[in-house]
Amino acid sequence: MPEMTYRDALNLALKEEMRRDPTVVTWGEDVALYEGSFKVTRGLLAEFGEERVKDTPISENTIIGVAIGAAMGGLRPIAELMTVNFALLAMDQLINHMTKIRYMFGGQVNLPMVVRAPGGGGSQLAAQHSQSLETFFMHAPGMHVLVPATPADARGLLKSAIRDNNPVMFLEHELLYNSKGEVPEDPEFTVPLGKAEVKREGKDVTIVAYSRMTVLALAAADTLAKEGIFCEVVDLRSLAPLDTETFVVSARKTGRAVVVEECWRTAGLGGHLASLIYEGCFDSLRAPVRRVSGLDVPMPYSRKLERLCIPQEEDIVAAVKETLKAQY
Amino acid sequence: MDSKLRAILPDHDLLRMYEQMVLCREFEESCAEQYTKGHITGFLHLYSGQEAVAVGSTHALHKDDYILSAYREHAQAIVRGADPRRVMAELFGKSTGICKGKGGSMHLFDPELSFMGGYAIVGGQFPIACGLAFASKFRKENRVAACFFGDGAVNQGTFHEGLNWARLWELPVLFVCENNFYGIGTAVGRASALADIHKRACGYDIPAVRVDGMDVMAVYEAVKHGAEWVRENSRPYLIEAVTYRFRGHSMADPGKYRPVAEVELWKARDPIPGFARRLVEEGVVTQKELDGILVKARVTVAEAVRFAEESPWPEDGEVYTDIYV
Ligand SMILES: Cc1ncc(C[n+]2csc(CCOP(=O)(O)OP(=O)(O)O)c2C)c(N)n1
Ligand SMILES: [Mg+2]
Repeated sequence: MPEMTYRDALNLALKEEMRRDPTVVTWGEDVALYEGSFKVTRGLLAEFGEERVKDTPISENTIIGVAIGAAMGGLRPIAELMTVNFALLAMDQLINHMTKIRYMFGGQVNLPMVVRAPGGGGSQLAAQHSQSLETFFMHAPGMHVLVPATPADARGLLKSAIRDNNPVMFLEHELLYNSKGEVPEDPEFTVPLGKAEVKREGKDVTIVAYSRMTVLALAAADTLAKEGIFCEVVDLRSLAPLDTETFVVSARKTGRAVVVEECWRTAGLGGHLASLIYEGCFDSLRAPVRRVSGLDVPMPYSRKLERLCIPQEEDIVAAVKETLKAQY
Repeated sequence: MDSKLRAILPDHDLLRMYEQMVLCREFEESCAEQYTKGHITGFLHLYSGQEAVAVGSTHALHKDDYILSAYREHAQAIVRGADPRRVMAELFGKSTGICKGKGGSMHLFDPELSFMGGYAIVGGQFPIACGLAFASKFRKENRVAACFFGDGAVNQGTFHEGLNWARLWELPVLFVCENNFYGIGTAVGRASALADIHKRACGYDIPAVRVDGMDVMAVYEAVKHGAEWVRENSRPYLIEAVTYRFRGHSMADPGKYRPVAEVELWKARDPIPGFARRLVEEGVVTQKELDGILVKARVTVAEAVRFAEESPWPEDGEVYTDIYV
C-alpha cells in the first residue's frame, strides 16, 4: 500500500468523488484559487473548473445555507469551513436548518451534503482558533459527525460521506494534515460510517479515542507495552452514529477503560462515553472509567501553557496506570 | 388610470386569482376559530390582509419556480396548489398533514409543488433560496427561486449575505419582501435605519422596485416583470410589496401597539373587496358569481376542517422516522 499524508488522502478522496459524480460541487473561503487554507483542495479548480469549485465571501452561515439549498435542488455540495471555530457563525444554518429540514418537512427531502472543517488545538493559535467543538455537533440529531485519525480513514470516510444522503459534519484535525500512513490503492475503497475500529488489540485496559487523540493513544499504548501493560485502542472514527458496541465489548473484555477527548471536560464527550460504558458493562468493570480531557479553559497562546490544556501522551499513560491501581 | 384587467389576463385567470384570495382569507379565519377551540396549537401566524402578495406572485411565476417563505405561509402553499385539507391536517398535527404533522403551521413543504418550505428562524430562507437558485443554474433548469420574507428579516445578516451572494454568483433569485410594517410589535422605523426596504438592494447592485401589495394585479405585474428579468439575466431582483396584516402577529398577539386608525385605514384597502369591485366594474363577473365564490371557498374550508378532525394522529413510531435517510 502506498504511503500518503492525511492531507493528500483527503485531496484524493475529493478528486475521486468529483470525477465519479458530476453533481459533486465544493465551495468555501479561499477554496478555489488559493487551493484551501490547508491546501486540501489543491488542484481542484484546475481539474474541475469554476462551476464546481468556488470561492465564497466570508459569510459562514450562508456557505452552509447555500449548500443546504443546493442539496435540496439535486446537487451534492461539499462546503468547507476555513476552521471549525467559524462554524459557530454558521450554527443557525447547521443546527436550526440542516439537521431539521428532513424531519420537520416529514421526510420529503434529503440533504446529501458534507461540511468539512479543520479544527483542534496545538498550533499556538490561541483561544479563538484552537477549539475542539465535536460535542456541539454530535449533540444535535440529524447529522453524522466524522473524526478520522489516519490517512486511510480520512480518505475512506470522506468518500462515504460524499456518497451518503444525510448531512455530514467532517472534522479534520489541523495537526494531522502532515501525518503519513498507508492508504489502500483501490479507488472504490471506503470506510463505513458509524463503525469504530480496534486499532490495536490488548487485554489490560481499553483506551477509547478519536481523531488526533487516537494517534496519542496508540503512542501511549506503545510506551505501556514496553512496561508489560497491553492496551486495546478503539478509534471511534464516527461520533454520530456512535458505535457503542465496539468499545463496550472491548471494555467488558479488559474490565478497564480510559476515554480520551480533546474537547473541554465539562459536559464533554468523555462523560458521555463513560456513561455508555457503565450502562453497557458495569458488572465487568474492575476500575472506574478514567477521563483524559482538554482543560476547562480558553486556549492560551504560550507554548508552555497550551501544552497543559491539550491531552498529552503521558496523560494517557498516567490514566491507564491509575485504572490499574483500582481492584474491584 | 388603472389598466383594464382584461388587457393583462384572461377572465378565467382573473377569477382564479379572486377565488384564491377568498379561499386564503376563509382558510385563515377558520384557522383562528380552530385555534380558539384548541384544535390548532403552538404558534399560528395568519396572513389575512396580505393575500394579494401570495396570489399575485404565484400567478406570475412558472409552476416549477421554487418558492420559499417564512412561517406566515399557509396562503403561499395553498395558492401554489397544496391541498387545503392536508394543510389543515398539518395544523392539527395529524398524520395526513402535508408534513405528516411533524412541521405544523410554520413548516409547510411540498417538493412536488416546488414549494420549498416555511422557515421559522427569521431570515433562514435567504441562503437556502440562493442554494436552490445555484442548483437550478448549475443544472440549467431555468427555474427562479422566489424568496419571500418580512420587513423584519432585512436586518438579519442572512439578508445581506444572501443579496451579496446572489449578485456575486449571478443567481436567479427573486427576493420578495412583504413589508407589513411590523416585526411582531416593532414598527419598521424602530428597527431599520433605512425604512425604504427596496433601496437597500442598491448596495448590492440589485435592481429593486416597490409595489402596492394590496393590489393583486400590481403585484402580478411587478413579479411577472421581475421574474422574467431574473430568468433572462440570471441575476437577482428585489420587490418590496407594501402590505398589512389585519390580525396580530400571531394568535397570541392582541396587537395593541398599532393605532386603531391605522388598522382601519388599511382595512379600507382590503385587497379582496377592492379586486371584487374592479372585476364587477369591468364586467368580468357579476356580484352573484362573487357570492358563489365565497360559498364555494367556505365549503372547501369546512371540508378541510372535517378532514383534519377525522384524520388519525401519527403513530408513536413516527417520532423516530425522517431524521436520517
Ligand atoms: C432569528 C429569529 N429571531 C427572532 C424570532 C422571533 N420572531 C418571530 S417572527 C418575528 C418578526 C418578524 O417580522 P417580519 O420579518 O416583518 O415578518 P412578519 O411577521 O411581519 O410576517 C420575530 C422577531 C425568530 N423567529 N427568529
Ligand atoms: Mg413584518
